[in-house]
Amino acid sequence: MLRPIVRMLAIAGKEVRQLRRDRLSFGMIIGIPLLQILLFGYAINFDVRGLDAAVADLSGTQDARRLVAAAEASQVVKLRGRVDSAAALEELLNDGRIAVGIYIPPDFARRLEDGDRPAAQLLVDGSDPIIEGVARGLTRLEPPGRHAAATPEPAAFEVRTFYNPERRSAVQIVPGLIGVILNLTMVLFTAIAIVRERERGNLELLITTPVATPELMIAKIAPYVLIGLVQVTIILLAGVYLFDVPVRGDLTDLYLAALLFIAATLSLGLLISTLARTQFQAMQLTVFTFLPSILLSGFMFPFDGMPAAAQRIGEILPLTHFVRLVRGILLRGTDLSELMTPVYALSAFFAVTVTLAILRFRKRLD
Amino acid sequence: MSEPTETGPAIRAGNLTRRFGRLTAVDGLSLAIPRAQIYGFLGPNGSGKSTTIRMFCGLLKPTAGEVEVLGLEMPREAEALRHSIGYMTQRFSLYEDLTVLENLRFLARIYTLPRRNRATRIEAAIAEYRLAGQAGQRAGTLSGGERQRLALAAVTLHEPELLFLDEPTSAVDPQSRRDFWESLFGLVGRGTTILVSTHYMDEAERCHRLAILSRGRLVAEGAPRALMRDIDAIVLEIETEATTEAQRVLNGLEYVRSVAQLGTRLHALLQRSTEDAVERTRAALRKAGITGTVELTPANLEDVFVAATGAGAH
Repeated sequence: MLRPIVRMLAIAGKEVRQLRRDRLSFGMIIGIPLLQILLFGYAINFDVRGLDAAVADLSGTQDARRLVAAAEASQVVKLRGRVDSAAALEELLNDGRIAVGIYIPPDFARRLEDGDRPAAQLLVDGSDPIIEGVARGLTRLEPPGRHAAATPEPAAFEVRTFYNPERRSAVQIVPGLIGVILNLTMVLFTAIAIVRERERGNLELLITTPVATPELMIAKIAPYVLIGLVQVTIILLAGVYLFDVPVRGDLTDLYLAALLFIAATLSLGLLISTLARTQFQAMQLTVFTFLPSILLSGFMFPFDGMPAAAQRIGEILPLTHFVRLVRGILLRGTDLSELMTPVYALSAFFAVTVTLAILRFRKRLD
Repeated sequence: MSEPTETGPAIRAGNLTRRFGRLTAVDGLSLAIPRAQIYGFLGPNGSGKSTTIRMFCGLLKPTAGEVEVLGLEMPREAEALRHSIGYMTQRFSLYEDLTVLENLRFLARIYTLPRRNRATRIEAAIAEYRLAGQAGQRAGTLSGGERQRLALAAVTLHEPELLFLDEPTSAVDPQSRRDFWESLFGLVGRGTTILVSTHYMDEAERCHRLAILSRGRLVAEGAPRALMRDIDAIVLEIETEATTEAQRVLNGLEYVRSVAQLGTRLHALLQRSTEDAVERTRAALRKAGITGTVELTPANLEDVFVAATGAGAH
């Protein structure tokens, strides 16, 4: 066998052996994806329900009671109590005890009759952007008692939601989550794998042996490629069986896209390993790259809604491109061949970072 | 690519210098290390021993000067040298979460020993370094002596021509140290050149040749015997009951460079130019009312070290 291959197999085999013995790391490989998907899948929910609310009904009419009942029936709010003034509502809002206050003025009945001004008022905690948006949805409630003759004006738009007609958060989140989890674990594992050898003194011996830099790097990250694919599978299975996430595209395409993304994140981990002196620094640097990835990749917030500067940063991040790929393949059933822009972007990212990493990693100590 | 040579000195360094920022760790070091010998670097911590060894291995780039190892220029031709050297780092550098056998197998493959030789080489190494009982044990759980035997077994698996040992015995009991040196002489007998750094005088004395380093400078070089014979000082041994008092008197004499106590004896290093050293010292002690004997004595390696480094000079 060729000497470089013998050496690379030796390093990769040793890496796997060490990984199997390191229960914590091994647990993280399975644990991080499972924990994250359960967290994101169950806890994070953009369909907000059950906002704490209080009512100040100063009219005491039956219509008012019907309006409040309709608001409760929407499940958007959950009534926590009644007060007798707008000021009391404001105080509850201020203390954070309610997110929404329903104020029904004494002249509610007359306002309903007039129909040219809103009959009641919603006091909304605007410090949370999502709550605010959801509570605004309540304004579309049909005013009770307004006579059926007054047909509502037809809206200018009717919304048809493609790919996710029930608008379930899990469907929006799980595909991107594959990228988020890979991004975290792949960067962290590789960065730490190399820095650990430096910290423990193993590298000082290794670099006096005939192992060449690219051999060392490729062999060290190769096992993590497999681990990454295992993680993709775990998330995908959980997404499909627990959250009914559709798989509309080709699975081969998905795994190819994942492979490319894994290569990009592993090379980022390698680059970090050449910058960090200690495992702690490696972790800090990983978090430093991870946060912008989560925030600016379009995983959490719509990419097109971000300011131009943030979009430019987002375009550099591999996660941005992977989110585009994975949403396209899983949800829209797009062919990988129609998603070449993110494919090129990820390939370019990989080529640049891996080159930088190899250039920066010298078989020297200075 | 050039190949390592088989003649000429194993290592030749000329005006070798390495600075870290404002600190000069190695300062204008020039020496030639002959083949198939144990060559010692003696010096306290921070004298530049490790930095020099790392430059010899091609791990650090010299700030100035040049170094040739087995005829190859470092660090430019370092890769061509990799199969011919073994480097035992000061800190244990094998994998603590792998067993003794796994570590050896790993290095055998890293050095790409021919497949049919691997098992026999590993077996021989385990036998030679008495690791049979620990073969299945994780390296992290070995004792200091066992770790060091494993480290030596690992860096000699590929039978390197040149072996660098950076303070190999600093965490090892005396018996293990003796055994370790026996192994080194075995290797030298088979033609290996060994460069070993130490701060133990008894180890330094076992080397064929010795370089004494102080603050990055080469302050003395030669065979230990020659260094002791040619010491640039006169050594007196003073035996007296009043050691403290005598030490104070001796330290007050302008020709005394240093005084060290060994039990009831004092070991005094005098300037070489001192005339009638014994007589004058006797007189000085008598004048202070101290009784005892004053004799000339051959220098030991510690005297050489003190005389060369100027430690204790006033």
